[in-house]
Amino acid sequence: MQDLVKQPKPVAVKIDRLYKSFGELKVLRDITTEIYQGEVVAMIGPSGSGKSTFLRCLNLLEMPTSGTIMIQGVEMTDPKTDVMAMRQHVGMVFQHFHLFPHMTVLKNIMYAPIKVKKMPEAEAENKARDLLARVGLAEKANVYPSKLSGGQKQRIAIARALAMEPQLMLFDEPTSALDPEMVKEVLDVMKVVSESGMTMAVVTHEMGFAREVADRIFFLDGGRIAEEATPDEFFKQPKSDRAQQFLAKML
Amino acid sequence: MNSLSLDFESITPSIPFILGGIAVTLQFTALSAVIGFIFGVLLSFCKISSFKPLYWFGMAYTSVFRGTPLLVTLSLIYFATPQLTGYDISGFQAGIITFSLNSAAYISEVIRAGILAVDRGQTEAAQSLGVRYQPMMLDIILPQAIKNILPALVNESIALLKDSTLVSTIGAQDLLRRAQIVGAEKYVYFEPLLIVTVIYYAMVMILTVTSTFLEQRLRKSS
Ligand SMILES: Nc1ncnc2c1ncn2[C@@H]1O[C@H](COP(=O)(O)OP(=O)(O)OP(=O)(O)O)[C@@H](O)[C@H]1O
Ligand SMILES: [Mg+2]
Repeated sequence: MQDLVKQPKPVAVKIDRLYKSFGELKVLRDITTEIYQGEVVAMIGPSGSGKSTFLRCLNLLEMPTSGTIMIQGVEMTDPKTDVMAMRQHVGMVFQHFHLFPHMTVLKNIMYAPIKVKKMPEAEAENKARDLLARVGLAEKANVYPSKLSGGQKQRIAIARALAMEPQLMLFDEPTSALDPEMVKEVLDVMKVVSESGMTMAVVTHEMGFAREVADRIFFLDGGRIAEEATPDEFFKQPKSDRAQQFLAKML
Repeated sequence: MNSLSLDFESITPSIPFILGGIAVTLQFTALSAVIGFIFGVLLSFCKISSFKPLYWFGMAYTSVFRGTPLLVTLSLIYFATPQLTGYDISGFQAGIITFSLNSAAYISEVIRAGILAVDRGQTEAAQSLGVRYQPMMLDIILPQAIKNILPALVNESIALLKDSTLVSTIGAQDLLRRAQIVGAEKYVYFEPLLIVTVIYYAMVMILTVTSTFLEQRLRKSS
């Protein structure tokens, strides 16, 4: 598995000297890295280290203070770039799902393809039903989100993001808000998505998932990527003290 | 005893005339509410806009209407329009304009609060799907905002219904005005006024019940 990484692979995301501050607070300091096509990167690190901010900079939900972000060769941070148009290629899954509560599950999934991609309604519905089946919730098509468990909501949220056929999927602690018994069903769906060749950046505290599914680990600390390594390297022998301490706490 | 006796008989022939005022009052209230609502939505968008001139316009607008008595604005529009434009505006028209503009100011505040109360995650989810500002506001944010503020909106239309009696001062023949006309003709004031009091109260109650019903139904759907 790991030597896949070493082969030259097309770059999906290129991040160059990314800085982000909130007022005086420097949250990201000089992040330069790449994410390759079809790769799953797990971003881990202590609370407040800037994982969410980093992830949210990738689709410009947070505006970087400086630096550039290229996605599929398009510079997101270029003022001339149509960010909204680019965002349809970058799916995002949030810790708290953020399904649209006034729409049924089916409508949640169909909405963006119809509104943004101008997909015909029948086609969008077919696609939505396919995706529902893929996340194992075909029978919930006409249910409102409030009737779903957390795990089901998150699987719908993943289906909703996939409906736009993104080239990159961002996950911000997708299982952190879930009851323990629902974590697996969501991780399983994410695994299936990764097996389809999707490029994924996943902020997670699930070390098992990081070890098993990720191709690479970014360990963030104090707004920097303190360590980039394969899961094997990282979990066996983290280089920095900080990472060792972090792992000792997590495992 | 005698002072308490009611004389409905002498006004019986005028009752259809008074009841006709219901239509006028309702029409008036409904038109003002609908126009006020649409204008209020636009104003609320101004108020949450990051484009400063729009923001200031929305704020100044609300400030002016909140800071002036309704009867003054009404008189201003009724008497100033013919003077400024030469158009002989009717009391009903002046009333609709005034009440729409006025309720827009209040409704925009309510909607603005409702929009700001919608979870920021909804905006972020929409944005991350590439949904642009206008469809996001209309399809995702506004429906949720309105659901939350529905009781406040119905309260606003109740206030509008009650305030609509002000148009009787500029000659529009609403419920109250008709009661006054009948009173003046027949020299019985208490009975016609009692009738319209009951009617106003009934209309307000219907609105109140409707809002409760709507609230329950919307709660079920979420
Ligand atoms: N919108 C914001 N305004 C001000 N400060 C912020 C904002 N968002 C994040 N921060 C601060 O930036 C720092 C990094 O936050 P971030 O959410 O990226 O951390 P994280 O690694 O995702 O942490 P966690 O594991 O707790 O989710 C924190 O100190 C946080 O308080
Ligand atoms: Mg976070």
